[in-house]
Amino acid sequence: MASTAQAERRPKLAGRETRHGALRVAMLPPAERMSLRAPAASVAALASALKIRLPNAPRQSAKSGQRTSLWLGPDEWLILDEGGGDPLADCRSVTAVHSAAGISHRNVAIEVSGPGAAACLNSGCPRDLSLAAFPVGACSRTLLGKVEIIIYRTAEDNFRVECWRSFSDYVFEFLSVAAKDVAG
Amino acid sequence: MLLIRCPYCEEDRPELEFRNAGEAHIARSANIAGESDEAFETFFFIRSNPKGLHYERWRHVHGCARFFNAVRDTVSDKFLMTYKAGEAKPDAETLKTLGASAAWTNLSTEHLGGRRPARGKGDTE
Ligand SMILES: [Zn+2]
Repeated sequence: MASTAQAERRPKLAGRETRHGALRVAMLPPAERMSLRAPAASVAALASALKIRLPNAPRQSAKSGQRTSLWLGPDEWLILDEGGGDPLADCRSVTAVHSAAGISHRNVAIEVSGPGAAACLNSGCPRDLSLAAFPVGACSRTLLGKVEIIIYRTAEDNFRVECWRSFSDYVFEFLSVAAKDVAG
Repeated sequence: MLLIRCPYCEEDRPELEFRNAGEAHIARSANIAGESDEAFETFFFIRSNPKGLHYERWRHVHGCARFFNAVRDTVSDKFLMTYKAGEAKPDAETLKTLGASAAWTNLSTEHLGGRRPARGKGDTE
């Protein structure tokens, strides 16, 4: 008889870090992630089940404890939980129409922090990352070089970069080289 | 790089985030099986391909992922306006009243550059 298969989590690039002066590019620990799609009429029920606000304006995010919600589109949010909570389980009781897909293992996150963090991202991301256009707390899906990423500004000089796991070698290397250029 | 205003993200965004999705305002028949071959051919294949103002669909695929509509001048490549899917097609009179698009306005260096990063010495890996 075959034994039961066990899924084992193998974090990608776990613990990797590059420093150039005070500018740092580092892999973030695994987190729970959920892609949430819902019409306006379902938002209140979902927000109450998830115990977090679901922003309804472009680039806005909300934070509640270890949980973060990022506006990605008019009916789409990325829910992050860095404290071991399970947003999928929290949505299970919601009867209002919605789509909740677990993507915890699809993405990895890279932190870019320190002076010049925005310039580091701008080496491959054509977005205006000035504080006027992209203030602390802003988030967006966009591009870095050839791949799609999600950026979330957690502080003036701190960005969380989410990318697909299979693109993480490219993204990490890209940002590491960029950090070297920016730090000079 | 061209900047395109996404009506859902409510700001000008780099063209790399977008994909063109062909001519806009082409309505699919409610009774497609009842269409004549000629009418179906027109619906399916025939496009206006104008020199000048063109109504077209775009998708903000690497942003909010939404489809929206745009009016673009195919000669100058200038976007006159963009609007949400489902909104009425703007007529020529409306388009005449539009001034220069914000997307074509140069932004100040301070606005674009933020602040310069401090130059550090020690490089470690
Ligand atoms: Zn958009």
